[in-house]
Amino acid sequence: MSPAATLLAATGSLEPAARSFLSPTGQEIVFLLVGIAVLGSAVVAVTTKQLVHAALWLIVALGGLAVEFLLLTAEFIAWVQVLIYLGSVVVLVLFGLMLTKAPIGRSPDADSKNRWVALAVALASAGTLVTLVVDAFRTSWIDLGAGGGSAAVTGASLFRNWVLPFEALSVLLLAALVGAIVLSRGDKRRVPAPRAGKLRAGRPVGSNGTVAATAPRTAPEAAGSAAGSSDAPSAGSSDAPSAPAASEES
Amino acid sequence: MNLLDTVLRCLATLVVFLTFPLVIGQTEHKVMAHMQGRLGPMYAGGFHGWAQLVADGVKFAQKEDIVPAGADRRIFQLAPAVSLLPYLFVLLAIPVGPNGFVGQAVDAGLFFVLAVMGVGVIGKLMAGWASANKFSLLGGLRTAAQLMSYELPMVLAAASVAMAAGTLSLPGIVDSWQWYWLPWQIIGAFVFFTAGLAELQRPPFDMPVADSEIIFGAYTEYTGLRFALFLLSEYVGILVVSALTAVLFLGGWHGPMSDQLGWLWMILKTFALAFVVIWLRVTYPRLREDQLMRFAWAVLIPLALVQLALTGIIKVAIS
Repeated sequence: MSPAATLLAATGSLEPAARSFLSPTGQEIVFLLVGIAVLGSAVVAVTTKQLVHAALWLIVALGGLAVEFLLLTAEFIAWVQVLIYLGSVVVLVLFGLMLTKAPIGRSPDADSKNRWVALAVALASAGTLVTLVVDAFRTSWIDLGAGGGSAAVTGASLFRNWVLPFEALSVLLLAALVGAIVLSRGDKRRVPAPRAGKLRAGRPVGSNGTVAATAPRTAPEAAGSAAGSSDAPSAGSSDAPSAPAASEES
Repeated sequence: MNLLDTVLRCLATLVVFLTFPLVIGQTEHKVMAHMQGRLGPMYAGGFHGWAQLVADGVKFAQKEDIVPAGADRRIFQLAPAVSLLPYLFVLLAIPVGPNGFVGQAVDAGLFFVLAVMGVGVIGKLMAGWASANKFSLLGGLRTAAQLMSYELPMVLAAASVAMAAGTLSLPGIVDSWQWYWLPWQIIGAFVFFTAGLAELQRPPFDMPVADSEIIFGAYTEYTGLRFALFLLSEYVGILVVSALTAVLFLGGWHGPMSDQLGWLWMILKTFALAFVVIWLRVTYPRLREDQLMRFAWAVLIPLALVQLALTGIIKVAIS
């Protein structure tokens, strides 16, 4: 059997079938109830004024989504949802909230003036997605056989039919990773010049030491101030490290 | 019949969940004591203090359940349950013997156990934040940082076994286990066990509860039964990590007469690993926070990647 045929046999046909929406099965009722719970907790997550509670309601919403995946027999996706979103993303959010000492109780500055804009954007994107999904499937009926979303079926369809998007996404993630490293390393040229104390330690204690250190400073300083650099040292200071700093700028 | 079967399996898992951690806890009391030249509990229950943990449980139940005035009450009270329950679900998926001797066979069982174990940490973060105590908050921060660092090598090491077996189902992995997997996956076994230890915050990875610096980390404000639940979750965690290491790397029920005595081999391997966990606690000093992070990112993750590459090469070569 070809992989496509296996996939089709596992997920059922896409033909419209004579099913009624008015006599739902138990599974459909549970699906609907969990969906309502997910929607409710998502709404609470964005409207609550307690920051950490918002993150915890997000856990409920994402966990509910995992249950929805399970009800659609997409077992593998459900566990990945729990592993990535509950186990990593929400933990990261909580870590950030703790790092900024999110207060217990209401945060007075939790409201943003952009809330109506945010609502409009959310409604627009939700409308687009719902229209897309409804238009794509219309009245077709997908029979959910057990094992239709198992790891084997998911892997086969991912690596046989959808390899290119998969690889493109992994390149995107790699780029994001490299970008994060580049950003966090910072710009090497902007490293401040070493402190005065360190240079002074190596200087001989003779009477000529100060003169020798200040003498070559004048030329690059002039060049630096001519270039309009605000970092050019003031004429009054006699700091030794300003000389290498000024010469780097010019 | 089917429903009765399911209920019985869940009940058996619950019994294991409630008794085995106590056995591990009592073993820890005695093993630690003897390694340090002490006797450990000797009086409770008569024979070598076997009832010490029962006495501890009674003591915890009698204590007052205190919620600090400044705490976020509901989250503070919910945290122990969030910390403990995931381990119950994980136990349900761990195979004990051949021919379906498992709580519930889950198709992507490996992913299931790793995912659900990660949820337990949220309970510790909730406890750390909701206590309104700076030591708790610091403990919670350290917990989160440690979890995020050690989750990756753990998943990578587990992925290596899944590649070798060609399945994500835990009974399937044990079924296809051969003796030569032991040297083949030895690096992965080290990485998985060490990362599991760090995820449990057991010594030498117990920086989040370092008593000499931050009292008891996220659990500082807890008393009575809720505190006992946190302790219980630590011991169930030892059981789960030991059992998972046995299933993935030591061949689970494989051994002489595995058809009849498979469950015995599995339990023996699990308890041998639990003994190693206790042994490590007595042997090693606590790692400092920066050493902890460096060990995860500079040692365990490269090792896990080496193991993954090795598994891939050998898998292609022998198939």
